[in-house]
Parts: sequence; C-alpha cells; structure tokens
Amino acid sequence: MKFTIGWLKEHLDTKFKDREIIEKLTEVGLEVESFGKVSSDLDNFKVAKIINAEQHPNADKLKVCDVDIGEQDTVKVVCGAPNAKKDLLTVYAGPGSVIPKNNMKLAVSKIRGVTSYGMLCSESELNLSDESDGITELKSNKYSDKVGKNFFKNNTEKVIDLSITPNRPDCLGVRGVARDLAAAGVGKLKLTSNINIKNNGAQKIKVSITKEKNQGCTIFGSCLIKDVANKESPKWLKDKIETLGQKPISAIVDITNYVMLDLNRPLHAYDADKIDKEIIVRNSVKGETFEALDNKEYKLDNDMCVISDKSGVLGLGGIIGGTRSGTELNTKNILLESAFFSPRSIRKTSKLLNIDTDAKFRFERGIDPQSIELGLKKASKLITEICGGKVSKFDVQKTKKDKKNKIKFKISLFERIVGFKIKDKEIIKILIDLGFEVSKKKLELELKIPSWRPDITQPIDIVEEIVRIKGYSNIRTLEPDKTRFKATLNKQQKLFHFLQRSVASKGYIETVTWSFTDSKLNNLFKENYKEIKIVNPISSDLDVLRNSLFSNLTSYLKKNLDRGFKDVSLFEIGPIFKDNKPGEQLTVIGAIKSGKISRLNWNEENRSVDLFDAKKDVIQTLVEAGYDRQNLFVREKSPSYYHPGKSGSVYLDKDDIDPVAFFGEIHPNIIKKINIKTEALIGFEIYLDYLKDKKLKLKDLKSQFKFSDYQKSDRDFAFVVDKHFKAQDLIDIISSIDESLIKSVKIFDVYEGENIPKDKKSIALNVTIQSSKKTLEESDLEKINKLIISIVETKSGAKIRS
Amino acid sequence: MSDIKKIKDEFLEKLNEDLNIESVNEIKSELFGKNGKISTSFKNLGSLPAEERKKFASDLNFVKDELQEKINKKIREIEIKEINSKLENEKIDVTLPERNIVQGKIHPVSQVIDELSSIFSEIGFSVEEGPDVENEHYNFTALNTPDNHPARDMHDTFYLDDKKELLLRTHTSPVQVRTMLKGKPPFKIIAPGRTYRSDSDQTHAPMFHQVEGLHIDKNINMGHLKGCLDYFIKSFFEVDKIKMRFRPSHFPFTEPSAEVDIGYELKDSKIVIGEGDKWLEILGCGMVHPNVLKNVKINPDKYQGYAFGIGIDRLAMLKYGINDLRAFFETDYRWLNHFGFDPLDVPSNYRGLSR
Repeated sequence: MKFTIGWLKEHLDTKFKDREIIEKLTEVGLEVESFGKVSSDLDNFKVAKIINAEQHPNADKLKVCDVDIGEQDTVKVVCGAPNAKKDLLTVYAGPGSVIPKNNMKLAVSKIRGVTSYGMLCSESELNLSDESDGITELKSNKYSDKVGKNFFKNNTEKVIDLSITPNRPDCLGVRGVARDLAAAGVGKLKLTSNINIKNNGAQKIKVSITKEKNQGCTIFGSCLIKDVANKESPKWLKDKIETLGQKPISAIVDITNYVMLDLNRPLHAYDADKIDKEIIVRNSVKGETFEALDNKEYKLDNDMCVISDKSGVLGLGGIIGGTRSGTELNTKNILLESAFFSPRSIRKTSKLLNIDTDAKFRFERGIDPQSIELGLKKASKLITEICGGKVSKFDVQKTKKDKKNKIKFKISLFERIVGFKIKDKEIIKILIDLGFEVSKKKLELELKIPSWRPDITQPIDIVEEIVRIKGYSNIRTLEPDKTRFKATLNKQQKLFHFLQRSVASKGYIETVTWSFTDSKLNNLFKENYKEIKIVNPISSDLDVLRNSLFSNLTSYLKKNLDRGFKDVSLFEIGPIFKDNKPGEQLTVIGAIKSGKISRLNWNEENRSVDLFDAKKDVIQTLVEAGYDRQNLFVREKSPSYYHPGKSGSVYLDKDDIDPVAFFGEIHPNIIKKINIKTEALIGFEIYLDYLKDKKLKLKDLKSQFKFSDYQKSDRDFAFVVDKHFKAQDLIDIISSIDESLIKSVKIFDVYEGENIPKDKKSIALNVTIQSSKKTLEESDLEKINKLIISIVETKSGAKIRS
Repeated sequence: MSDIKKIKDEFLEKLNEDLNIESVNEIKSELFGKNGKISTSFKNLGSLPAEERKKFASDLNFVKDELQEKINKKIREIEIKEINSKLENEKIDVTLPERNIVQGKIHPVSQVIDELSSIFSEIGFSVEEGPDVENEHYNFTALNTPDNHPARDMHDTFYLDDKKELLLRTHTSPVQVRTMLKGKPPFKIIAPGRTYRSDSDQTHAPMFHQVEGLHIDKNINMGHLKGCLDYFIKSFFEVDKIKMRFRPSHFPFTEPSAEVDIGYELKDSKIVIGEGDKWLEILGCGMVHPNVLKNVKINPDKYQGYAFGIGIDRLAMLKYGINDLRAFFETDYRWLNHFGFDPLDVPSNYRGLSR
C-alpha cells in the first residue's frame, strides 16, 4: 500500500511532521516498509567533467573522452560534438538511461571499434532547449563542485509504503489510513466533502443479479456516463499514479484506479456501447470462456460470479474485466460499476483460475459494502471534469439489506486481557474516532461496527482496537510467573538430548539437513517405506520426504569429500517419514564416517574405518544411555543399503523383535552410484522410538555394590568351530555355564587358514574365573575348565584345539 | 675387636669407590655370604669367653648394620645412576604432534534449542513436540485460519496430497492445538521444531526452526507476555538491559497480536543487541484468540493467555554472528566445525548458557 504524505493530507488535517506520522503509523499497527523518494529515470543524468578528449582513431569527427562522473574511475565516452574538450562540465547519461527527447534507451556500445560507456547529452536531447549542435555546457562557477551529482532535481514526493495485514482492508485506501491516524491523535479526519454531481436521467442499461445458490455478488451499483472524451490523464493524476509505481493508461482507467487507491473502492468502467442490451450478474456455466484484460482466455467452471450481457461473459466480478467491453481512447459512453462481491467467492474463483489482480486482493479481504455510491460519485465527478459527459442516476441492485453488525462489549474485558486500565471516556472516544457507533449501558458498550471493518466480529477485536490506538507501550512488563506444572523434558526428550551429545562426543559432527530429499537418492535407502511425494516441491531434487537420513548424509558427505576432506564423520538426529499422515514419522540418529583412522600421523599406523568402528560407536552410545551391554544382542540382519556381509543390527534383548540400531559398511554399489571416492564408508542408525523406556531410573537400577577379594584366575581356550558359527553365541554359551564363577569372556584371536579345515575357524578366548566365596583350588579350576570344554563342544559342535 | 674394625674400615673404603652393581654384590657376599667375613665372625662368637662375648656381639652387630646400610645405599645410588643414564638416551621431541584428535560438534540450532529449553525451564515451562507432517485442520483451521482466509496465502505451504489436506507444518503453532486438546489447563509450554515453507532465497530456507510458546491460565494478560519475553531476550542474549518494543500486528490465532522489536546497534558491522537505537524484528506474539480456545474445548471466559513464535535459526544468527541462513543446512564441514559447539558444552542456568 503506497501513497504520498500529500495524498494522506487530502484526508487528514494535521500539523504533525513526516517523521512523527511515520512513527505513529507503526505504533497503530500499520507497518511502514519504507519511506522515501521513488527513484526516477532522470536520476541517471549526472553532472560530469571531461578530463581528456582525444581524436577517435577511426573517425575524423568523433572524439574519445575520459569523463569524470564522480566515481573512482573515469569512464570512456565516444562523442561527436565539436565542443567536447578537456575540462568542459557537461551532462553525462550512463548505460540504461532513457533520453528524454526521443525515449532512446542507452546501452554500452562499440562506435567504430571503441567502446563507449554512455553518452554526453545536448540541451535538445535533455528537452532543455532546441540547441542540438553540441553537448550541454555547464557554467563552472555553478557546477564545478557538483561533478557526479544528479543533474535533474528529483521532484517526486516521498512515498510511504505500508505493509497492510490481511485483516485491514480499510487501510488499503488512503482514507482508512487517515482515519486510524486521526483516532491515534494525529490531526482530524476531513469530511468526505459533499461531492456535487448532477444526475441526469435514468441508468438505461438494465442490471439484474440472478438469485441462485452461491451467488457471489450481493450489490451492484452503476451509472451511465454519456458523451465522454477519453484522453490522457492530466499531470496531477498521472503523477499520483506514477508515484505508486503504476503506469497511467487513460483518464477513465486512471480515475477508477485512483478512487480505488483513495477509498479502497474498486470500480470498473465498461464501454457502454459494447454491452449487448443488459447486464446480468450470474453464476458461470462450465465451459464458458472469455478474454480478460490481461489478454488471456479463461475457461470457466460452474458457479463463478460473472458479469454478462446477452451475448455472454463480460468479466469476472471483482477480479478482472474482459476485452470485449473494455474502454478505449475513443470510447464515447461508459457504464461505471461499483459492486460488492463476497470474499469467499472471489477467493475460490481466483484460486481455481490462478488470477491475481489488485481488485481481487481487495475484494478477497472485504470491501466496504456502503461505499458503492461514494465511489460512483467520486469517480463520475472526476470523469466529467476531465472527460466531460453527462452522468445518469445511480442504479443500485441489492439482494441483501444493509445491516450494521452489533457487538456488546464488556468494558472490563479490556483490563482483563491487556493488564492495564483506561477511562471509559477514553475508550468511547477511540471507538467513535474509528467509526463505531457507541452507546453505553452501565458496564457494557453497545457497538455498531463500521461497515468498512469486516474483521471486527467479537469483543476481543474491540480490545485490540483500543489497545492499538492507545499504544502498546502502555502495557506493563510483569515479573514472569515461575509456577511449574510439569517437568521440562519427558523421558524421550531427555534421551534425545543425551544421545545427540553422546554421538557428538565420539567425534561426529552434527548437521541439520532438509526433511526432504531427492527421490532418486531416497530410492537407494527407502527399503519398504512408502515414497512420500511433495505436491509442490521447491525443486525437482527435493521432491520427496526422506525415508532415511542416509540420502542427505551421503550426498553431503560427497560434497565435503569433493571439497578435499577425507576423514569425515557426520551425524544427524531428526525425523524420517513412513507415510504422509501426521505422526507417521520416526526419530532417528544417522551417522556416517569415511576414510581412515590416524591418517598422516607420525607414530600410529593408519587404517581404514571398518564396521567395528561403527559397532563400537553404536554399542557405546547405547551403553552410555543406560542399556546393559550384557543384554545387547547382535544379528546379521540389516537393511539393503549396508554391505550384506559387513553389517548388523542391535537388539536391546535377545528376544526382541525390533532392532534399535543398525551398523556396518555402506553397500559398495551405493558408494559407486553416488560416486563417493573414499577408502571406506561406514555408518550406523539408532531408532529412538524403539529404545524401550527403562522402567527404573538408573539410580534405582543399580543393585548393591558386591565384589570379591578372592583370587582371580585366567584360562585361555582355543576352539575350532564352524566358519559361520557366531562369536556372540560362543561367549553366550561360556558365560552362562556358571555365572557365579565366570566373570568375563574375551575373544583375543580369530584365525582361519593353515592347520584349520577350510570350513572352520579357530576362536581363542580368555576366561576370567573367580569365586565370591573362596580362593579356588587347582582342582576347582580343572573342574570348571573341563566343564567349559565339554559344554562348548556339545552345544556348538566345536573342538578344543590341543 | 680390632679385626672387626679393620674389616669395617676396609670395606667402607671399598664401597666408597666407583662400583657397578656386580662388584657391590661381590662385596656383599664377601661380608654376608655363607663364608663371609661378618657371617664367620658371628659363627665364631661361641668360641669367645663369656665376658668378651657380649661386648663383641654388640660391636659386631653395630658393624654389620653399618656395612649393610652402606651397601643398600650404594645399590640405590647405582640404580638411580643407571636410570638416569638411561634417561639420557630416552629423550623424545615432545613437540611432535599428539595422536589424532577427533572432535565432534553440536549444530548451532541444537545448541540454541538447548539454550531456549534451559531459559524457559527456569520459569516453569515444559517442552512439547508435534509431528512435522500436519493436516490442514491443525495447521490452519483450528488456529482460526479458515480455508478462505487470505492469511493462508502468507504461508507458502508444502502439500503432500492433491486435496491439500496433508502438508508440512508451516509453523510450530499446531503443537499448541495438540497440547491443549490432549490436556487440561493450565498450560505452560514451549514447542521447538522444524517448520517448512516453499520459499527459498538468501534469507529464506524451505525448512527452518521455530519455537512456540504458550501460557494459558485463569489470569494471564499481556503484561505477563511482555514480562516473559523481556526475561527471555535478556537471558538469551546475556545482557542486563534491552530495549523492547511491541508493535500491533495481525495473526489469525492471537488477538491482540504484536510483533516485537529489540534495540540494537552496529559495532564493527556486527549486530549488538541491547540498547542501540535501531530496531530489529525478532518475534510475533499475542493473546490466544478466543476462537482457538473454543476449538480446543477451553472456555475463553475462564481461561486466557498468550502465545509467541520465534525463529530459532534467526536467534542463532543474531547471537553467534552468523550471516547466512542457508549455510545452516548445507553441511559444509568447515562451517559446522567453525560454528558448532563442543558436546560437553551443555547450556544450563547454573553453569551459564554460553561459554
């Protein structure tokens, strides 16, 4: 919403300075986006000085001038003027300037092999005089200190640009803004001066609004203006239209636009001679078409509000007119429309047809239904003044009676909501200034809502009006109340924050990536989840919600490797999506690690990262979160994006169905597809939703501290087992032989090869044996040794290695 | 007696010489070995007359202790000397680099979420969360933004179905609705999380983070809202004084609504929050609209309160001097390392929010 201070003052009698007005606008909730002069084409013309003028190498009559335009470097301009010489002060026009005389737009150009940046102008080219024989010569006493300054004064008025919230259609007109300012104490709102206009004769074109369901038009006002001479707008009107950044078209169009900007009253002018007999406001029928003023042909659906005549659709009411009945410079008779269309109907139609116009924007937010006649009056008066013609009587068709909405407002609500009190008298004054009709009934106010405020429907709206005009600075700053109703974080949230920092503490750098991803990448990691398409993605490579964290992590890892990093550890904690319904998401930690451990270290041998690095980080994270290592169980099963032989899943308990984590090397095919170049790539995922709540808190989980002071003994064993036999099972078998004696089982070697059959492997273990009751005798140890060997051999089919 | 003295003097002298460990052991066995001089003297004690025996035994013991002491001392000396001479050869250049350090980092958004949780925890707020995928009811309709409301256009919404019923939440406000529907007042929550709008340029990202605040009770008014935000902004920016300005604005789900500006100044082209004379828009807030309360079955004549919404990424940018919003989500290792936080640096009230 743009306007000038001068325009505002046509509605507001005020002595306030510009700055104060600007501040007040912000204070009442009309946010000032900018306040300043609109830049003009003429700003491109600078006072300049010729520093040097040399003969053009390829043309006798041309000179190549070095010109000081007030910037660090001089510019080269090729010039044909005989008077171009060193030290001359003149007018320079840079590339992009439009020469006033012939509207020619300048560009950087080569003139006979020398590049010229802009032009030095003659007085004639600047419309200053008819002098065209040489370039402008400026007097040095007046201009010598002005090199680089604008040659033309910018006479445009400063323009205020407001950002109007969707609840305030009234402030889409200058008058509405003036009213708010007046209520806030910035002067007095001027009366809409009695516009005198002679109405001669009836409006002869019949107008009817059909009665049907979903009729989008409730009022249609019109008048005929005969014998007009449409023309270019006078300067004052052109200036007004131009300051707002719009293009003047013709007096009639400019006047309707002007009234719209002034009063927020959209109007439409038809060429009356092009209307076939009568105006019928009705719902469209599917398949109807018309050509709109934006030169597009629209195909209509059922139930769109159209203005039509006997031959068909003329325009979409309140949205856009049609070319068939548009006014032109030779239009003689016009029909001026001032109507009311329901916001819902406007919104529905414009969305379906994807049309956005100024009128649509306004009707969608709500136009004052009682501004029909004022709009016709103001516009027809201007038209007759500028274009001549005779105005008919106003014809207003209505399907509904005007009715002002009423609200009962309990005065005490104000203090209850905003926390401070103001006098009833002041409240009443504010409301009256805003256009309310107020009558006080003891503790209540009975209010009639101004017709231009469709946003006001209930008492809370009144509270806002009062506090907004009174000033938000009156609201006190109360000490924050510290009562607590609930713990800050619940268990799952605590786990989230714990795991986040636990993973980071293992050397992973946290990243946050989009919740969406490239469907092509996502397909590599989506497993059995449903692909969730975004209907209107921001770009084609962010077209689905992610089913896994790995799609983004791997592609960003690649970017970092391309930047020259080699050993990259990244993780993200966030949502992945199972379906497109609310709640169908899981919170997951995804981590990936590339390259080597101890790369380029002088005293440690480097090695590629491998799945046991991933496994360690997963297991340690779970252990840190409070899950007992003894209960954690690992299976070979893992999603297909992991290396089938070098990955696994972790379960909180052997009997659990859902794994809580996966770890392993990323599948070589995927590494190849994404084209990641690294020695090795591993990753892990932890599913927070599957991490079952530990019923007890850690403090309650810890049983009494027991330990044994009796001597420990270590025994080593080597078993030859089937190649596919799991180490975990071997440990499990031994550990469960006698939990009171066997304190730990450690695997210190795994061997395949010479001396071992091809389908077998040898696992060497160290078992710690300790009793809590006595020091074990050699015979006790011998007994347990034998037990270990025999049970392992029976349960696993292993053979002890001699 | 003179014999023993002779032995003593002789051996003490020997032991004063520069010896190695083997020679000392030799001396030791010469004295205390099976046939050593001292051992033999002890054996011979029996042959002495009773009157001399006592004195001799005492002297002998004395000499024995002295020699033994001397030998032990000598051994210790030699050992220390040996270690010392070994150390001479064990010198290593300690300025060589340590083993590789792997340093993890926490993303600034996560850090700021922890800071916010800590700040609001201090005044009794708890943390609630909601789904990223929402339906249009929770995201708009229940928040007093019906289908035909132009405010819907201000949210560039990502849709997940053609009927436009399923979408990515455009703000964290639906968490208000979900929280109020599943519980009973009073409510005092913050809801941080991801939010989405189909908007992308230097200052907009298609995904960003917001924190929603909601306090509903019987007598919570705009003064409490101002107090809460004043406390929050001071705590977050870790300054004692701030300038804060409430400007009337419009959000469908609050009324009266306000946008909040805070004062700042530019020092060396860095934004310094506090009492400067420039204004920076930082958040939107207001009193929860009675229609919203009705939509969640709360009687607006009994309960009222405030809500606010703040951009978390923007807070992080302001506090930690980050210029580019897009960089938050681009996973540039250099950026993450530079702006990330040590995982041990957990913001808390008593240890301070930031180091």
